[in-house]
Amino acid sequence: MGRFILRRLLNYAVLLFVAISLTYLLAASQLNPRSLWELANPPIPAETIESSLRSKNLSDEVPLLQRYWTWLTGVLLHWDWGEAPRTGDVGPEIARRIGVSIRLITIGSLGGIALGVLVGAWTATKQYKISDRTITFLALAIFSVPVFVLISVVQVLATNFNDATGWRLFEFVGETGSVGDYPGAVLVDRIQHLALPTLVLVLANAAFFSRIQRNLMLDALGSDFVRTARAKGLPRRRAVMKHALRTSLIPTGTYFAFSVATLFLGSTFVEVLFSFHGMGEYAITSIQGQDVHGAVAVAAFGGVCVLVGATLSDFMVAALDPRVRVS
Amino acid sequence: MSTNNPLELIDEMPTPTHGANAPTSKRLSRRQLVVRRFLRNKTAVLGLLVLVVMALLAVFGPLISAWDYRDVDRTAFLSEPDSRHPFGTTQSGVDMFALTLRGLSKSLVIGLAVAVISTGIAAVVGAFAAYFGGWFERIALWVIDLLLVVPSFLIIAIMMSADRSGTNQSGFDRFVSAAPQWIVLVVLLALFGWMLAARVVRSLSLSVKEREYVQAARFMGIPAPVIIVRHILPNISSLLIIDATLNVAAAILAETSLSFFGFGVKPPDTSLGVLLGVGARQATTFPWLFVPPAVTVVLLILAVNAVGDGLRDALDPTSGSGGRV
Repeated sequence: MGRFILRRLLNYAVLLFVAISLTYLLAASQLNPRSLWELANPPIPAETIESSLRSKNLSDEVPLLQRYWTWLTGVLLHWDWGEAPRTGDVGPEIARRIGVSIRLITIGSLGGIALGVLVGAWTATKQYKISDRTITFLALAIFSVPVFVLISVVQVLATNFNDATGWRLFEFVGETGSVGDYPGAVLVDRIQHLALPTLVLVLANAAFFSRIQRNLMLDALGSDFVRTARAKGLPRRRAVMKHALRTSLIPTGTYFAFSVATLFLGSTFVEVLFSFHGMGEYAITSIQGQDVHGAVAVAAFGGVCVLVGATLSDFMVAALDPRVRVS
Repeated sequence: MSTNNPLELIDEMPTPTHGANAPTSKRLSRRQLVVRRFLRNKTAVLGLLVLVVMALLAVFGPLISAWDYRDVDRTAFLSEPDSRHPFGTTQSGVDMFALTLRGLSKSLVIGLAVAVISTGIAAVVGAFAAYFGGWFERIALWVIDLLLVVPSFLIIAIMMSADRSGTNQSGFDRFVSAAPQWIVLVVLLALFGWMLAARVVRSLSLSVKEREYVQAARFMGIPAPVIIVRHILPNISSLLIIDATLNVAAAILAETSLSFFGFGVKPPDTSLGVLLGVGARQATTFPWLFVPPAVTVVLLILAVNAVGDGLRDALDPTSGSGGRV
């Protein structure tokens, strides 16, 4: 067992190394930080640009492999992920942004996933009734709306609500705003800013997971062991909860683990459109700002997330499925 | 009637009216069964109708539209919908209706092309990996893992935002910048969209590979590519069809997402993503910039997903949606 886990981790490490290296080579050869200064007004002398780029290991006049080596030794020996062309070191920036992302996505995604699983399992027990058809169609509809369209609609509705009632109940710019002067104002302010992004995350996650869970639950409900349980005289409720739901949660566990891991980069739209300066937004701004080191660091972070998700889903399956634990 | 030919004897065998072989009702071929199951699903039929209408609009729309998506109406900048411009105009005085039509056709073409290419790659890689096994399979699975670890959105964004017009162009740069932007986008989306399906194809092919007819073909000395194309792929075609349909929706969503941030189709060409990228930021003040492309993209993806769900039900042999035959 120990050797198996070790071999697996080793494979993951190699995968990650190759993936990040390829991303670096791609980003370093495709992005062009020089262009940030070339069009400056008044013009900056070419030597100044060049020396500044060289000091940050970003100059395209240095051979690509040499830049790669400098960057790699920096990362491996000093945990130094390099410098952005304009905004300074990448490492601390990412550390700060991870915190922002966690604050933004935790409630919304966990709540959405739980809601989706419950709704999906419930609609499966009511297959083809009106409630099932309505909810399934709603889930399909939300699932089909691009997230940024959903966000825009929510923002328009919230603006109208704010205008109609005359309060600024919903806020949708940033994490915090003007904090009032009463006890608990800090908390209220945070909740005001978090309400709409959380709503969007809940809707999106619930739609996705209810579709998966409904299909899995339908399979489980039609299976022999549930019929056997009913034939033995088990009440329907118990047969559904103990036998069908539990079995159908095993594959959901895999999805759950992966989606938790990919949430950081998956909530890009929520972060950009609600001005939360988290990881997803960094992915976009780093590429738009020709920031080679930032983009590579985000890719590395995303890769780690996926592999953590893969490991997590193995544990999840082991925890939910007695057959895996025994063997 | 001659009975010299033994084959004719079989033709004249009486149909049993009772017993195990007696047909209980009209016989249906598999195709008829699938069509019947699909037609029974009203949502899917509606989705298919919407898709057909949209495809027709995308092809013939420019004929019914009074404006071209490149025309600039200098008398109407950012004007509300009226009789002259049914969907209003943009900031630069371009007709929104013509733009939406153009965006729709671009998004449809991108979605279809990506779906066909990526499902094709998935089928070939998955089936070959399962059939040959050994080192080929191991390498294929490793590459799949590698591509799953790399955040594809980021890579595509990097490739699309690269500046290829500079003085020190490499041969690769010239090659890429010679092709239209949207074709580059199609290739990139397809390259990063096949991995999960390839895994499923592989696991299904593993069981098909052990069937007697595949073994028989192999021992007859038929070359491997022919066996894969003739015997293995048709037997997992249900999965491939469903995968391709859902890939259309995924590709359209990916295109709109990338274009929203300016990493996809670039002006002066347009797509639903480009239009939404401009419109979503002004949705409160100038709703006509946002509503037409938003409604179009939602309808389009909803229709594709509905058709995909319907196909899944119709093609899945264990599905009960066909009713009793």
